[in-house]
Amino acid sequence: MSIDMAQFHEVFFEESFEGLETMESELLNLDIGDADAEVVNTIFRAAHSIKGGSGTFGFDSIASFTHVMETLLDEMRDGRRGVERETVDLLLASVDRLRDMLEAARDGEPEDAAQVAETQAKLEAMLAGESAAADTATAVEPVDAEAATIPLSTGWLIRFAPFPHMLQTGNEPVRMLRELESLGSYSVEVDTSKLPAFESLDPEECFLAWDIRLEGDISCNDLDEIFDWVDGDCELEISPLDAPAEAEPVVEALAAAKTPAAPAPAEIPEASTAAVENPKEPERRQQNRRAAKPDRRGAKKEGGSIRVGTDKVDALINLVGELVITQSMLTHFGEDFKMSELEKLREGLQQLTANTRELQESVMQIRMLPISFSFQRFPRLVRDMSHKMGKKVELQLLGETTELDKTVLEKIGDPLVHLVRNSLDHGLETPEIRLAAGKSETGVLTLNAFHAGGNIVIEVSDDGAGLDRDRILGKARERGLVGVDEEISDERIYNLIFQAGFSTAAVVSDVSGRGVGMDVVRRNIKELGGHVDIRSTPGQGSTLSIRLPLTLAILDGQLVRVGSETYIISLLSVVQSLQIEMKDVSGIGGQAELYKLRDEYIPIIRLHESLGIEPEHRDLAHGLLVVVEAERRRIGLFVDELLGQQQVVIKSLEDNYQQIAGMAGATVLGDGTIALILDVPGIVNSWSEKSALENEVA
Amino acid sequence: MSEAQAQSLGSEAEMAMGNGQYLTFLLGKEEYGVEILRVHGIQGWEPATEIPNTPPFVLGVINLRGAVVPIVDLRKRFGLPDFDFGPTTVVIVVKVMDEDRERTVGIVVDAVSDVHTVTEKERQPPPDLGSTIGTDFISGLVTVGDKMLILLDIDRLINGGLLGSLGDNEVSAYAGSENEEETS
Amino acid sequence: MASVLAVDDSASMRQMVSFTLKGAGHEVVEAVDGVDALSKARGKKVDVVITDVNMPNMDGITLIKELRKLPNYRFVPMLLLTTESGMDKKQAGKAAGATGWLVKPFNPDSLLATVKRVLG
Repeated sequence: MSIDMAQFHEVFFEESFEGLETMESELLNLDIGDADAEVVNTIFRAAHSIKGGSGTFGFDSIASFTHVMETLLDEMRDGRRGVERETVDLLLASVDRLRDMLEAARDGEPEDAAQVAETQAKLEAMLAGESAAADTATAVEPVDAEAATIPLSTGWLIRFAPFPHMLQTGNEPVRMLRELESLGSYSVEVDTSKLPAFESLDPEECFLAWDIRLEGDISCNDLDEIFDWVDGDCELEISPLDAPAEAEPVVEALAAAKTPAAPAPAEIPEASTAAVENPKEPERRQQNRRAAKPDRRGAKKEGGSIRVGTDKVDALINLVGELVITQSMLTHFGEDFKMSELEKLREGLQQLTANTRELQESVMQIRMLPISFSFQRFPRLVRDMSHKMGKKVELQLLGETTELDKTVLEKIGDPLVHLVRNSLDHGLETPEIRLAAGKSETGVLTLNAFHAGGNIVIEVSDDGAGLDRDRILGKARERGLVGVDEEISDERIYNLIFQAGFSTAAVVSDVSGRGVGMDVVRRNIKELGGHVDIRSTPGQGSTLSIRLPLTLAILDGQLVRVGSETYIISLLSVVQSLQIEMKDVSGIGGQAELYKLRDEYIPIIRLHESLGIEPEHRDLAHGLLVVVEAERRRIGLFVDELLGQQQVVIKSLEDNYQQIAGMAGATVLGDGTIALILDVPGIVNSWSEKSALENEVA
Repeated sequence: MSEAQAQSLGSEAEMAMGNGQYLTFLLGKEEYGVEILRVHGIQGWEPATEIPNTPPFVLGVINLRGAVVPIVDLRKRFGLPDFDFGPTTVVIVVKVMDEDRERTVGIVVDAVSDVHTVTEKERQPPPDLGSTIGTDFISGLVTVGDKMLILLDIDRLINGGLLGSLGDNEVSAYAGSENEEETS
Repeated sequence: MASVLAVDDSASMRQMVSFTLKGAGHEVVEAVDGVDALSKARGKKVDVVITDVNMPNMDGITLIKELRKLPNYRFVPMLLLTTESGMDKKQAGKAAGATGWLVKPFNPDSLLATVKRVLG
């Protein structure tokens, strides 16, 4: 039977990565010196599963690596080894290594053998250092087949006498006799001497014994394999046919003791079972490896998978059920339509609209995953980093169940890591400084996620020193970003750290090191259609707040017309749309135009100019102003006409073309034509950069 | 899936023998050929949605069965004189390979002409064409009757010259470099 | 063909065992741990039980011990999936009433051969 093992790989990888996450978070939960046995067992179990699966599916190096981890964990579980920081650190490092190996295997890439060998050597050294049981580490090495081969005999005499209870282990003597028969020329005599009188016979027990004569080139191993499972449940004597009758049997009666669990005699058969099984090992593994190949090649192309809760699937099935009912109702109208039924037809169509919308929402729900998937890496990161920097940090995770789209979730990971690193590195102070400032020596770093409107907000806050306002301002003046006499709000000062080239390390604190460019973080977040803000109070800490759309797939759009083209503006960024009162328009130096909205002056951007198209109206009085907000700034977009509002499916321009400045994507309208979606934050930014540039030039 | 594999196998085998079928099309008086296995479809010209800040030969994007597909005007790209789109003007939709990604792009041509099987013997190496188009985009020349057929390497044409080599946010810089290329 | 109760907390192993046995024409009931298996075993009789050892909630050895208490399962062959190093597990498994074991890693062929062996 040939089964392509590659088909199980995806599930294997998925569960193995989950296992790694379990291992990591539980390792972090371990109390040094006083570990909860159940926690250790959970970690052990995860390693054990990965080892079993990787061996079965042909990932030998992973199996061998995990085996050593497992042995170490086994010793911890038995209490043979204490739970020490050093051990936990090594296990955490091993989890990282294992993750690399699994990723490499999944992507069909070679693993970093040197790194693996290094970590494995450390594990082995730790094992060898304290444990006499360290030799189990070598158990995965295939036993030398030559040495283990037991010479063939031309035949065997076997005395097989099951103990009465053997049937209750599910082992059936008849089956075993049949297996023996299949090995060679076979004759058997049954010994009924132990059979009790009929009235005292218990049909559930075995009283028979057999003397078997087996001829042919049969290895002792074959026999051992058959009797392996009943070791301890029977009396067994095996002797070679050509041996003198009084010679000692090759294998002694296995059941010297009556209890099946007797450990002493077990060693002999165990040694020979290993010999039987191991020579086959390389062959099996090779088969697996061959089977694995096509999948590895295909792995890169696969789009990934999502685990979906059954409740979400059930909700979908219900909705589809409703849709089918609506559809059959509409079909019914269509078959023999009478004008009198027009109203009912309209109702049916309305229902169809509602069904479609609900179905769409439910389908989007499938892509929604809790932010905990992203948060779970931070306990480890915070632990490692704070350790390294000699800081005491408590990490708080809030709103872990807040859901967001899988794509957004995957892309927000790295920016979050940057922000957390930044807080640890530059925000939180050392215990000494904190104590001197009258704070508790342990700093608190909080990750919080919550929904606000159609957005998800993720905040990274610390109770550290806060940003150094004067220093940032000084640097900004030095670089000409802020005029020498110009007074700007604290908020604007703090947000300067997102400017390109503003080294956080130099600005925020004296701690040198990997100051992650905050401009990179901001750019990444912008690419997701979100924005980032910072609030800070000197001596009390800072909060970085990321606001992201829940999904990248759909947005509620305001359709506008400029010339003959239709554009879409996300309703989330629209503040209001208004007819322009010319008395409220004022110009600055013949360049910029400002509109007075209540007591605020907002810049007017003529979309036809920035998009380079021919408008219907150039006169502000004839068009409309769509006031949008992004990056904490408001601007007015001048358009010819407001069309409708509708939900649109966002399609990427990059799939077949490339990213276009000022455009967030495209969508297909009801008439089949394509409309571009405006990137409002991008437009706002390029406007403010441009005006900053003009100021500089001026 | 299996059909596509068979196709690509067929293509590989044919390439190995040096033979291949080419769809030919006209741009003015010149005749060009693209590998037929790259042709995804041919459709009539319909106005595209313009994209701001792109080079003039990118006419915009169209909706091709739900996908957003850019349309390239080859005449403009090759610096041939403009020509009003007429009834024979068509869009040839081609698959373009770029490392591990595949893109769908439409190219506007004056008219499709024929399908030719080109053998290795007939194929001549591309000469140095100088100014109009770089020879990079040409995989060979073939004489058909008394006409010359220019075989295009569609991957190089699209990735190298139109879409590929630019940084994502550098549209304006790109437009500039494109102008340079055209004026040089 | 036989009905098999396959118990493993690892989805990939479960899938592999189940797929292999179904391919050979057996009927397979899957369970994710001992507790799940026990509830699926009650009121039903299967011909073979194949179980992983180390699982959350209830491990394979306890499962076998519990199953052996059920009248339907006194003589049913029960196989443990163990690793090479799990010698003590084999003994504990036998004490609990396991028929035999299959050593991980195993391939579909050896799984089928082992199942065939206990089915006779």
